[in-house]
Order: sequence, then C-alpha cells, then structure tokens
Amino acid sequence: MSEMISRRAFLKGSAAAACTVAASGLTAAAAPAPSEPQLCTLLDLSKCTACEECVDACKEANADKYPQPEKPFPQMYPARVPVADWSEKQGIQDRLTPYNWLYIQTVDVEVDGEEIEVNIPRRCMHCVNPPCVKLCPWGAARQFKNGISRIDSDICLGGSKCKAVCPWHIPERQTGVGLYLDILPSLAGNGVMYKCDRCYNRIAQGELPACIEACPEDVQQIGPRNEMIEKAHILAKEIDGYIYGETENGGTNTIYVSPVPFDAINKASEYGKGRPPLKPAADSMASANNIITAMAIAPIAGVAFAAGKLFKQTQKDT
Amino acid sequence: MTTPAKADSVSRYLYLFTVFFLVLSGFGQMPIFKRYYIADIPGLGWLAKFYITHYIHYLGAILLLGVCAYYITDYFMFNFKNKKLTFSGYFKTAVIAGLTVSGFLLIIKNFADYHLPGGLIIFLDLCHLILVMLLLGFGLYSLIAKKRWTVNRQDKIKNDSQNNG
Ligand code: SF4
Ligand code: SF4
Ligand code: SF4
Repeated sequence: MSEMISRRAFLKGSAAAACTVAASGLTAAAAPAPSEPQLCTLLDLSKCTACEECVDACKEANADKYPQPEKPFPQMYPARVPVADWSEKQGIQDRLTPYNWLYIQTVDVEVDGEEIEVNIPRRCMHCVNPPCVKLCPWGAARQFKNGISRIDSDICLGGSKCKAVCPWHIPERQTGVGLYLDILPSLAGNGVMYKCDRCYNRIAQGELPACIEACPEDVQQIGPRNEMIEKAHILAKEIDGYIYGETENGGTNTIYVSPVPFDAINKASEYGKGRPPLKPAADSMASANNIITAMAIAPIAGVAFAAGKLFKQTQKDT
Repeated sequence: MTTPAKADSVSRYLYLFTVFFLVLSGFGQMPIFKRYYIADIPGLGWLAKFYITHYIHYLGAILLLGVCAYYITDYFMFNFKNKKLTFSGYFKTAVIAGLTVSGFLLIIKNFADYHLPGGLIIFLDLCHLILVMLLLGFGLYSLIAKKRWTVNRQDKIKNDSQNNG
C-alpha cells in the first residue's frame, strides 16, 4: 500500500517538484560536479572461497527493496512482451535476479597444466560513466556524486533499456510492480529493473555495504577510486596477477585482481542469462560523446554558409 | 556554384531531413520500436539498437544546429528588412529553442562526472518529449493550413490596412 501511495504521490507531485528542481538545477547544469571522489571496490579474487556469506548478507540487507508484485499481472500488448516473474523463485542464488543482486561465479581455469578455481563475486560494476543511467529515457536510473548508480524503483517503468545498454546486461526485470501499473499497464512499461545499489543507504549512514562487512576472507575493500586503483596495481604485482574493471567500459568502480588472466577465465566460464562474462568492454558512451566538438563547429558552418550566400547575392547585384 | 535560391532550397530539404531523423532516432530512445514490431520491418532494425539511435540523434543535433545558425544569420543579414516572422514562425522558433536547450543539458549530463539532479533530468526528458510533439503537431497544422514561417513586411502592411479599411 505504501508503495502505491508513493507512486501516486510521485505522479501528482512530480510536475511541481520537477519545476522547482529545474530552476535550481539549471545553473549547476553546465559545470561538472565538485570533485567528490567516486567510491570504488577492490576485489582480491585469490581470497574468495565461494562461501556465499556475502550473497546471504546482500539478501538480508536489501530484502525490503525487493519487488512485491501485484498479481495477476495486467495483460500486456502485443503478445511478444515477455513477462518476467521471479517472485516464486526468490531463493535462486546462482545468477542475478531481481531478488539476488550478487552471485558467485566459479570457474576452473587451467594455467600451465595446473587447474585453478577462481570464485568471482558478480554484481553491478558501478561504472564511472554508467550507460544504464545516462541512457535511461526517463531519468529513473541515477548516479550519485559518489559514483553509486541506482535504479529508482518508484520511477522505473521496466522497459529494460538499462539492461540492453549495460556491457554486462546486469539489471533484471520483475513484472507486475512499479509506476507502469498506474499509467498504461497494457501498452507501455513492464515492471521495474533491479540491481545492486552498493547499499547506498548504508553508505549514507557511514556503514559498509553488507557484502563487504560479511565477508570472512576480506575479499573486498572500498575507498576512493584512485586509492583502490593504486592498491590494485600493488596487489597485481605482488601476486603476479591481472586487473579487470579499471579501463573496461571507460572505467568502473569495481576492480577485480585475479591470479589468472581474464581471457582464460572468460574461455572457461559458462555464461548465460543473469551470468555475465568478464569480456573486454569498450567505453560505451565514448563514440557519441566524442562528436561533441562537431556541435561547436556546426553553427559556425551554418553562419559561413549564410554569409557566402550574402556575398554571392551582393556580387550578383553589383 | 551554389546560387542563393539553391542555397535556400538545400537548407529547406536539409532541415526536413534532419528533423525526420531526429524525431525517428529520438523516439528510438524509448524501448518502443521493438515492442511494436516497427524494428522488424526490413531496413528499420537499427531503430531498436540504442547506441545507433543515440549516435544518429547526436548527428541530427549537429546538423540542426548548423541549419538553425544558417537560418538565423540569413534572416538577420538578408531578410530582416523585407520579411517578418509569422505567429507560426515565432511558435516553431520557440519550440526549437526549447528543444535545443533541453537537448544541450541532456548531452552535458552524458559526460562522466556531470550530475544533474534527478528531478531535473525527468523534467528535461518530459520537456524534450512534449516539445517535439508540439513541433510535429504544429508542423502538420502549418502544412495543411499553409502557414509560412515568414511573410513579406509589405504584404503584411497591405493586408493589415485592407483589413482595417
Ligand atoms: S555495470 Fe551495467 S548496470 Fe552497473 S553501472 Fe555499469 S552499465 Fe550500469
Ligand atoms: S553492495 Fe550491497 S547491494 Fe551491492 S551486492 Fe553488496 S550487499 Fe548487495
Ligand atoms: S563472503 Fe567473501 S569469500 Fe565468501 S563468497 Fe563472498 S566474497 Fe567470497
């Protein structure tokens, strides 16, 4: 019920609130955020034993954020629109779901004739410039100044664009919940997308994310990005290891250090829906952002073209 | 050599071409073309590819900025004495200005380390959508009712005096 009220309140209040925020935000718009460092995690994969304490802790700490869908789901048109219902499978822990934002990927990798087991806690990478946030057509996905990206479940319409544009296809959908139910449930939207929000509420209170706090092996540490990268390089040197996440997708706030190369991990892993690979990932936002200079040149070209026309007309008249 | 008349016709077609692709790629920012089978039409599969529509939208914005700069310069350097913007011209200019400002802010936020308040992003997204609907609606009305962007100042004075007399 409270969720319904908050959605309706959002619908009524959004116009007024948006206008107020617009007025205050416009002035800030043209300047980058003050240099608050992005929070980054460093994961030493040589330590992870796949005990899944972190997975359980995540579920416990975030249970109140999980979807509570209303059933039966409204009929959606056209018939190809897929229903994503995980509410009867909340116990699944071996992949990402709306009820499981972290899972342990276990890979047996053969290096120089020796078989090594690598356990990789997988969840949202919290990209430095997250396409899930930047390309959300409706502003439901947000990035805080500390780098945490979060999908607002009161606003998300469940179109799954964030999943499509994420290099690792991390967010997962639950049908039958969210704002779309109050708009045109049959014709637009399809629920809400869910993913790790880096326990933003715990961090705001000065606490550690639940998965970090629960880990008996101290696999993860969290801190300003530059510090974590520095530590990652020291660690990689110490264990003669490999780094993933520093440059992928233009840089992420999840840095893995592994004793075996990531391309070997990739070849040995079984991937599929909800089980993302650790493949190379180019900067998704770069190609469009790189043509911004042309936006400054275009008006100059337009003015020159008009001036040329005037020049020719003057020549014709004299 | 491009003659002034040819330049006007080129810029008009460029404007229409640009607006067409901007609208198409703009609607492609929402996950609707796949859902509603439009991307299944041969040749339109790109409408469901978000990075492609995003890139095309940026290219469209670049062209639109160029065309707008051309029209503004041309109007003030060439036509200001003779021609006057109609109500329809003023309305469409204001809508395009709104689209440009909201689009500019949405582009800025796509850079790393640029954060706009969440409410402002929703406001800008909605503004951009409503303004493009207004432009499309008014553009269609202008086409049917034959409303032009500008009229000759002389014609306007003549019409006004006829109407008053
Ligand atoms: S990993 Fe995917 S979901 Fe997470 S911030 Fe990056 S783009 Fe978004
Ligand atoms: S940071 Fe929080 S939400 Fe994310 S995986 Fe860890 S416990 Fe779960
Ligand atoms: S709690 Fe630590 S050791 Fe256990 S699975 Fe999670 S990261 Fe690995």
